[in-house]
Amino acid sequence: MNFFDILSEIEKVDPEVYGRLDSRRSIFKHMSGVGQKLTAAALPLFVGAVFNKAYAQTPGSLAVNDVLNFALRLEYLEMYFYQQRTALTGLSSVNASALSLIATDEANHVKFLRGVLGSAAINDPTAAAFDFSGGKGTATGPFSDYRTNPVTYLALAQSFEDTGVRAYKGAAPISSVMANKTVLTAALNIHSVEARHASHIRAMRRAGANNSTPSQGVAVSPYSSAPKSWVSGTDGGGAVPGTTNAIYGAGNSSGAGTAANVTYLAEDNNVQGGVTLTTSTSPAFSGFPTTAFSEAFDEGLDVKTVATIANLFVVTGNNLFSVYL
Amino acid sequence: MSHKTLSGPQAPEANLDQPLYTPIKRRSFFMYAGATAGATALVLAGCKDDNNNMPGMVNVGTGDVGVLNYAYALEQLEADFYTQVRMGSYYTSSATAAEKQILDDLYYHEVIHRDFFKAAITAAGATPIKPLTTVYPAGTFSSKSSVLATAKAFEDLGVAAYNGAGQYITTPQYLYIAGKIVSIEARHAAIIRDLVKEGDFVGSDIVDIAGNSLEMSKAPSVVVATANTFLADGSKLNVSGLG
Repeated sequence: MNFFDILSEIEKVDPEVYGRLDSRRSIFKHMSGVGQKLTAAALPLFVGAVFNKAYAQTPGSLAVNDVLNFALRLEYLEMYFYQQRTALTGLSSVNASALSLIATDEANHVKFLRGVLGSAAINDPTAAAFDFSGGKGTATGPFSDYRTNPVTYLALAQSFEDTGVRAYKGAAPISSVMANKTVLTAALNIHSVEARHASHIRAMRRAGANNSTPSQGVAVSPYSSAPKSWVSGTDGGGAVPGTTNAIYGAGNSSGAGTAANVTYLAEDNNVQGGVTLTTSTSPAFSGFPTTAFSEAFDEGLDVKTVATIANLFVVTGNNLFSVYL
Repeated sequence: MSHKTLSGPQAPEANLDQPLYTPIKRRSFFMYAGATAGATALVLAGCKDDNNNMPGMVNVGTGDVGVLNYAYALEQLEADFYTQVRMGSYYTSSATAAEKQILDDLYYHEVIHRDFFKAAITAAGATPIKPLTTVYPAGTFSSKSSVLATAKAFEDLGVAAYNGAGQYITTPQYLYIAGKIVSIEARHAAIIRDLVKEGDFVGSDIVDIAGNSLEMSKAPSVVVATANTFLADGSKLNVSGLG
């Protein structure tokens, strides 16, 4: 019986196995200590005890597969949303190509996360789980013309991308994710791609859906309809003020789906790591616009707050996100 | 080589915001230049058991503080770059309104990142690395193509660097702050890439679009191999203590 072969096999379906165990080294220690005392017949009992301990849920903290499945749910939302782009009218060809590119990325993210999770992955919720009008299944929500109107569609796209960026950022410091460097690095490598998408969607909105040089639009305060490529303050409430405000607001900083010692503040936060950032913090900041200090940092969100936002686009009766509420 | 520090395109006014640093850098340059011949044997001897402290290299250190100093080093490079961009002839005479708005914001953000790290490292009871001296190829700041190509290289490098170093951070709050900054770098990178070529925000050179659509993160040793080409002798980075 090779204990480490077992661990390797488990790692294929549960990338967190080493994180669940105290550490690889401590298993070595346990094994060498007990090896002399246990007979070969008793060894399976010992192994069973190790895993019973490892798989007991830590109260208030999500296991890595829970976080990965949460990410997968968000990627499904994005994937099915971008599949709805084909009936849009009035998009420049460069903008249509960009949406195709993003659609490919989101589908790849779904595929990737399913591969990492293996049999632990949730079932495909299918397109029927979502109502991107925000109507909970009635298709008559505040974004009801999203299939054809690119202004509405891009407002939703920005909202989903910015939410995704905040979600990955907020989940990265959760202890089960930090304990698994492979998962953490993969999550970071998705996080930055979502941020690139967000930046580009914002450029498209800034210049206009039918514009062929989206990078040349000029941002206009309060940045709701002509946003910068980054969040400025709370962007005047986001793409649709009154409906999208929560995407730029504060989260919950305790309970399941939060990281230890992390405070989930609104996007206009200008205190980072205990350092208050204003024009007087450093001589080099003299004359800087006050909005620059919050713009320079994105903020994360906890799982529950993200789930609350995402749940607005799920049909009534589907628990895709409500399980986290 | 070192002479680029003195004769390169970095105008004296580029350092007006840090007047105290220039004399120190010049003095250390002459110190290293004068001591080179005699110190060669010592340098080689030092390499045998510890190449972390080679003269002329800036060692970012180890552990969480090492990662913070690594980030501080890269932010210094970016902040210095955009400081000089705004004094260069492309920005002052030919940039469009949109390009100026973007480059202004990037300048603000990177200077804020740089001085934030300096303050945060100090507040953590650790010692920030020294101010670094940069070098750029002649003419970098005079054409749109060279400014944007360099900006693209720096922003993409920054994203790949933060993503690659996240796994070395052990304190959740530090990882969270790195996450807050890397998505800004990614937002920067995307719009700069779009300025270079519309619709290139997730190019196949930085995102694995044919596979998983993950950003291709880079190890610190790979990142500094590029970063060091923009840093003068005496300011080149040693990241052997990370990871």
